[in-house]
Amino acid sequence: MSAIVRHCGLPFSEPMAFGLSSALTFAFFPFIKLSGLPLVSYRMPPKTIIRGLQKPLRFSMRTETFRRPEDGAARLNKLLDAGQLVGLQVSVFWLPFMPPDFRFHFNAHNLLAYGRDETSGDYLLSDPVLEMPVRCSPADLAKARFARGLLAPKGLLYYPDRAPQEPAWERVIPAAIKKTARNMLRPPLPFIGVKGIARIARAFERLPAATAPQAAKLYIGHLVRMQEEIGTGGGGFRFMYAAFLEEAATLTARPALAELAVRLIEIGDLWREFALAAARMIRDRDPLDPGHLAVLLRAQAEHEKAFFTSLYKAVRSS
Amino acid sequence: MEAADVPQENSATYGGHLKAVYARSGDGRLGLTQTCGWEAEETVTRQAVQMFEDLAAAALERARAGQSSPLEIHMYRARMDIALLAQASGFWRWQVRRHIRPAVFARLSKAHRARYAQALGIDPDQLDTVD
Repeated sequence: MSAIVRHCGLPFSEPMAFGLSSALTFAFFPFIKLSGLPLVSYRMPPKTIIRGLQKPLRFSMRTETFRRPEDGAARLNKLLDAGQLVGLQVSVFWLPFMPPDFRFHFNAHNLLAYGRDETSGDYLLSDPVLEMPVRCSPADLAKARFARGLLAPKGLLYYPDRAPQEPAWERVIPAAIKKTARNMLRPPLPFIGVKGIARIARAFERLPAATAPQAAKLYIGHLVRMQEEIGTGGGGFRFMYAAFLEEAATLTARPALAELAVRLIEIGDLWREFALAAARMIRDRDPLDPGHLAVLLRAQAEHEKAFFTSLYKAVRSS
Repeated sequence: MEAADVPQENSATYGGHLKAVYARSGDGRLGLTQTCGWEAEETVTRQAVQMFEDLAAAALERARAGQSSPLEIHMYRARMDIALLAQASGFWRWQVRRHIRPAVFARLSKAHRARYAQALGIDPDQLDTVD
């Protein structure tokens, strides 16, 4: 996402794209299941990031989905031939360049296509998770783009049709921060934000640790995977948001935001500690005790509640 | 997290790749640092992979005992469950459950087999083999 904006000539970092689109969140939907496990996310779905940037940067992003894979491939080729950078939503499972252990049916993954190899027809891609550019054959990419299931990408591609403009930082940044804080503190649904964390803590307490330890471990491991394995940065995107706050502090001349960034790093570290405690239980290094993890989660909910309250106060006066 | 504290624990699950994490560097600013793995993350990734391997192994046992068919094994090998295979193949869940029964699987039409093969990303001929 940030690379597309940079391509249009505006210096723009990944954390800035993340923060400006208010993508940080916590969401726990116990009734939406993936392989029997609930949907948990530490960030908003990709479309929110795309749409969220349009207003502050005063540009428009075209998104297109396709019913037929052939149409999707033809459109992608046409855009690439015109020299456009194109964002793609794909399923991780069908990407041959991914390490095999990462290949699950996770549909909300995003790639950037920047060209095609003329002789082989392979696509040249940049994947945010991997450090190097990769290539992918048209057949594999078509499978990944048209995978079915939950959050099916339907071949979604996106590209800017009007160049983004440098925004009035001192106005758009506080607005984006307010939105994130509101969403964490007073969400429209009790499954989101601080309340969502408290809710998953409650779900942990109810896990059948004594009668079905394997099932309990899978549930715990699932939360940790969503926190650490998905996306860049670790700590459930808390570190990336801290990087955004740091940048925001400079751009808006609000040193208070830099102090808050330090606090958020500490919260991110606590998420990492939670992951470590959970992993030790899964490996039987520590006795399985979901109740203890629930206590840690409740503490996280409290920390984040206090943090986002201060964050809201820090940007309110404008 | 300080950049110097970013775990470098060589996770096999990364398959030799590196991953980027945000950490505080020496000058106190947050930036990207490369990591080659973290044990806690490896544990949960392995656990999820293992879950499907266990399911596939159990299905293989059942298939050998004549209680299941290769379709179920291929489903778990593709890291799918009934709900996902149903969505990917366009069948109803009850149809998938029924098609998994050995007697029904043996009678599957060519068109049905092609749909499953397409959804699982394998060749229709491979549907019968499990090794």
